[in-house]
Amino acid sequence: MIRIGVVTFPGTLDDRDALRAIRLAGAEGVALWHGDPSLHGVDAVMLPGGFSYGDYLRAGAIARFAPVMAAVIDQAKVGMPVLGVCNGFQVLTESHLLPGAMIKNNHRTFICREQQLSVENTATAWTGAFKPGERITIPLKNQDGQFVASERTLDQLEAEGRVVFRYQGWNPNGSRRDIAGVTNEAGNVVGLMPHPEHAVEKGFGPDSEAGPRTGIDGLRFFTSVIAQLTKEGALK
Amino acid sequence: MTAAIDTVSDALATPDATQPWRELGLKEDEYQLIRRILGRRPTGAELAMYSVMWSEHCSYKSSKKHIIEQFGGKTTERMKQHLMVGIGENAGVVDIGGGWAVTFKIESHNHPSFVEPYQGAATGVGGIVRDIIAMGARPVAVMDQLRFGAIDHPDTPRVVHGVVAGVGGYGNCLGLPNVCGETVFDPSYQGNPLVNAGCIGVMRHEDIHLANATGLGNKIIMFGARTGGDGIGGASVLASVTFEEGGPSKRPSVQVGDPFQEKILIECCLELFKAGVVEGISDFGAAGLSCATSELAASGDGGMYIDLDKVLLRDPTLTPEEILMSESQERMMAVVVPDKVQAFAEIADKWAIEYSVLGEVVEGGRLLIDYRGQRVVDVDPKTVAKQSPVYDRPYQRPDWQDGLQADTPDKLERPGDGAGLCAALLAILGSPNGCSKAWVTNQYDRFVQGNTALAMPDDAGVIRVDEATGLGIAIATDGSGRYTKLDPYTGGQLAVAEAYRNVAAAGATPWAVTDCLNFGSPESPGSMWQLVQGMTGLADACQTLGIPVTGGNVSLYNETGEPGHIDSAIHPTPVAGILGVIEDVADAVPAGWHEPGLSLFLLGRTRDELGGSAWADVAHHHLGGLPPAVDLAHEQALAAVMIEAARDGIAHATHDLSEGGLAVALAEGALRFGYGARIRLDELCARDGLDPFTELFSETQARALVAVARADEAALRDLATAHGVPALRIGTTGDHDSAAHPAVIAVEDQFELPLAQAKTVWEQVLPSHFAA
Repeated sequence: MIRIGVVTFPGTLDDRDALRAIRLAGAEGVALWHGDPSLHGVDAVMLPGGFSYGDYLRAGAIARFAPVMAAVIDQAKVGMPVLGVCNGFQVLTESHLLPGAMIKNNHRTFICREQQLSVENTATAWTGAFKPGERITIPLKNQDGQFVASERTLDQLEAEGRVVFRYQGWNPNGSRRDIAGVTNEAGNVVGLMPHPEHAVEKGFGPDSEAGPRTGIDGLRFFTSVIAQLTKEGALK
Repeated sequence: MTAAIDTVSDALATPDATQPWRELGLKEDEYQLIRRILGRRPTGAELAMYSVMWSEHCSYKSSKKHIIEQFGGKTTERMKQHLMVGIGENAGVVDIGGGWAVTFKIESHNHPSFVEPYQGAATGVGGIVRDIIAMGARPVAVMDQLRFGAIDHPDTPRVVHGVVAGVGGYGNCLGLPNVCGETVFDPSYQGNPLVNAGCIGVMRHEDIHLANATGLGNKIIMFGARTGGDGIGGASVLASVTFEEGGPSKRPSVQVGDPFQEKILIECCLELFKAGVVEGISDFGAAGLSCATSELAASGDGGMYIDLDKVLLRDPTLTPEEILMSESQERMMAVVVPDKVQAFAEIADKWAIEYSVLGEVVEGGRLLIDYRGQRVVDVDPKTVAKQSPVYDRPYQRPDWQDGLQADTPDKLERPGDGAGLCAALLAILGSPNGCSKAWVTNQYDRFVQGNTALAMPDDAGVIRVDEATGLGIAIATDGSGRYTKLDPYTGGQLAVAEAYRNVAAAGATPWAVTDCLNFGSPESPGSMWQLVQGMTGLADACQTLGIPVTGGNVSLYNETGEPGHIDSAIHPTPVAGILGVIEDVADAVPAGWHEPGLSLFLLGRTRDELGGSAWADVAHHHLGGLPPAVDLAHEQALAAVMIEAARDGIAHATHDLSEGGLAVALAEGALRFGYGARIRLDELCARDGLDPFTELFSETQARALVAVARADEAALRDLATAHGVPALRIGTTGDHDSAAHPAVIAVEDQFELPLAQAKTVWEQVLPSHFAA
């Protein structure tokens, strides 16, 4: 069975939800501890949302120096799939595994909403199960979600197809070019502000056309990576 | 306080030394009582302890007599069937089946939230969450009941922004979904907002812990944040006096919260409990170390020795009195068997939590506290924590009450045609209290933990407890200051009735009650009368409905005006929080429909009841007459129909009728998912003998709107008949609103209101005031 690690930093909030999502997608979730430098042989890693170290200094700025992150950075550089959600995305930008940075929402308040996204790149480790351009609904909840980068970096991301998700309908935080998520050059590291682990189970997700709280678009983030890792395993 | 340490020997040597008892909020006779208890004058540290622990906020000295009579006396053996821990502990605990126990409580943080709205609200959430942790439970949801002044008053945005951001900032950072609450605006809360924060926790039966200091030699360990100068005197000062400019210099000082510290404290406590390392854990609430030590010792079987020099300080200049009174947040106290101290230390270290062994449980029943090697406290802890003075305050129905009740809404001009009815509905939807509260609730995380089956704007929050079986809980909180002002007894009952109805509308069986009683000054006979009446109404309703009150909170002195007038105090606001149990959260029912062509049924019968109504407020700024009558037998029957309709999968949507009556319930049901509705009133009017206006805007209780598939109409009628609840099919649900097919809220022969127009009016109110 594919094993996906979920890192808990002090102040991480969505770690248990992420482990549940991984289980529902058909993989084994492995709890990883910030102070433990070992990844315990997992096949992929997820950095879940929350307020690691209380967002002190800057969101993700302290977590980036946790012992576990050295291993995550090393493995990400040699192709291990890594997904950073919300605070996890912030940790990935602080780690320079992904470009850009997140600043406070342009309206300066925390916002929780069911957010429509378009999937712009289906070639990453975490988006293979989506159709190009597909509209999906994923809960979003953050205070510091405004994605910013230099114009040159933004142009480069666009040119290389590294914008993975874009906000649709309404840009909830003022992110540049409606960017909700990006990937690295190799496509194995993906970060986004919305929370796929909150759209994996009927009854507890966002509303969809099928009825209240029936949205499970987030599940395919995990089935995507499971399919890719399974395929790679078969090739080996 | 002087720099010199005031020891027990000093107290004996200088019996006539002048002491600042008055400045600390004590009355002359209370100070004399302390002297009699001790047989000498208190030391400065002892005076500090007694003054905070005997404050209204900590001791409930004005309400205790009535709490015991009303809630103690009216809880029957049958009501105690599911009750595992009752009133008097950090929070009550009920058995919900499957080996699961639930603990829940609401507390006020009103005065601090006016002084410093963000921190006042944030630490309100922090405090109630620590109460839940102390019981051994994992917190699973929070809720907030907010009352602000007039929406257009210049000071209101300051309070609203701070409070909403504070509730959100703290709760979001703890990873607790906010699933239920209220936001109300009324000029009576100007200068005295109400911030009531609630928390629910879940545990296995065997994990319940009570905070008792038992076992001679057991170590007393303080852990969490360090102690600083914040909130010194806060408990007694903030809770005991009004904010008068130029008044005595009892300066309120507010605590500052650190939710990150609390989050790791939660995880640390849960791990300590799981590892069996602690005998009990107590939180530090109001009155800080004074409270934690005296309550733990008073609940135990021995005494307690504490060395104040061991307290980890953020500010080394604090005096012993200040250390004892400090209300620094995110601190806890544990009782640990000596050979488990090492295991305790390892878990605390893992979570980077600081801790210090302050002392131990000792023989003799005294609470002994040393500072710099000298004894500064030697008291019987029960006299501090449990034997505060109890007052039987005089109370009297205010002179103005009769006039208020005589000023009925009958003379108010009522709309006479369809256009007038439509305008009245739009006016309520566009009013501060009838509008969408999404601007508030969208600042709260409702998804975290992945167990939220319903949240605002549904009638109740519903949380899954057991992933294997789907067993879950529902929570609804309600309270109407307007109704309670008109008739406090009925207002207390109505708070319970509405929360009960909301829990049942979501499909859950009402199980237990917590309350938060926000009233004026107990020293004013009129306000005291409101408190006694409101509490009695609340307790009577719970007794009739057969659901126990498991705990509660009383907030008094919510009064900013000249005493003795009709507008001296806030509208008396008893808030009832009702916990429900639902066998499978998959059966939970939302408050609106998401399909066209469903049949809309009105359950219950309507009377002409517009006293205290939303219509009277919005159309005429009128508050007078009597609130709607309470009929608890009908509420029970209605609840049974709604619960069974949910369980049988018949109910697509259920929404209770409350403020704004049928008209507002219909609009909210349509706005929930953007599907229209078309109803007719002729049969209803004929049955009830009322005109269309009264059918639409009366606030008669024990009514609900239910949407069912046509095929299930007979099944719903059968359920209603079986329980003796009148059920009338009044219309159908309409299309989903779109540019191609605009949906309407239509009342045949009266009006057609485009849903998009209603939505715009309903949604723009709060953003237009606060999101500029």
